[in-house]
Amino acid sequence: MPESAVRDVPELPSAAWLGPLPPATRLAFQGGSAARAAAARIFPLPDAQDVCRARRDGDRAGLWLGPDECLLIAPATTGAASLLGELRAAIGTNAHSLVDVSHRQVGLEVRGPLAERILNGACALDLSLDRFPVGMCTRTAFAKAEIVLWRTEAQHFQVEVWRSFAPYVAALLQEIARDYVG
Amino acid sequence: MLLIPCPHCGERPEIEFTYGGEAHLVRPADPSTLDDAAWADYLYMRTNTKGVHAERWRHARGCGRFFNALRDTTTDQFLGSYRIGEPKPALSMGEPR
Repeated sequence: MPESAVRDVPELPSAAWLGPLPPATRLAFQGGSAARAAAARIFPLPDAQDVCRARRDGDRAGLWLGPDECLLIAPATTGAASLLGELRAAIGTNAHSLVDVSHRQVGLEVRGPLAERILNGACALDLSLDRFPVGMCTRTAFAKAEIVLWRTEAQHFQVEVWRSFAPYVAALLQEIARDYVG
Repeated sequence: MLLIPCPHCGERPEIEFTYGGEAHLVRPADPSTLDDAAWADYLYMRTNTKGVHAERWRHARGCGRFFNALRDTTTDQFLGSYRIGEPKPALSMGEPR
């Protein structure tokens, strides 16, 4: 993967409640319980039963996307090639798929007391704290874009969106926010 | 908005799902031994149920898994869902229609 693909994040607006996140290394993992358990020895990964939950260890996180699928996020300083190598060595011969998708998507941060309401402007999930607690993550739809939504803190959401959809999602968030923050 | 119960993720809004047609259709083990009528029957003929219908859905914008669900085609009410590979649950008389 060309490094420029990671560095050149599209120009995205930012506000007190909205901001683009720095580039990150992202891997898409698919595999059964044996591969998952092996990978979990060196990277925080949620168990298959931890439905829609993220496991975090420092600046690394594994997000449950499906019963055999996870999104792995690490800081960009951890190169994708080295992380892939470490994980492949740990997983060994257990059947799995591990793909570098760092360049595919960008992270957006939606924060503040209005974050829930702004996201709900185009996301149909119940985002109240009891139904979507801290640490919950899921792939879902934001208007016409597919996103991964992750509640990292009570008033703090991380939105992972494909880079070509990011300007659309950011602009729509701003449009919705005009109702609340003027 | 209609809420569809995903057996993995729980109830989710319908926009996250795609429809997969009638459930429990088994592909013939050796299609070359079938005559045209039997093959056409497998390919095209569906039950077109009025009432409780077992059908496939995919949680495309969620966990990505296919699953089976029971839906009443007259009311659109979902009576439940179950994972691929699990048998179709029997409906008792007391359940809503």
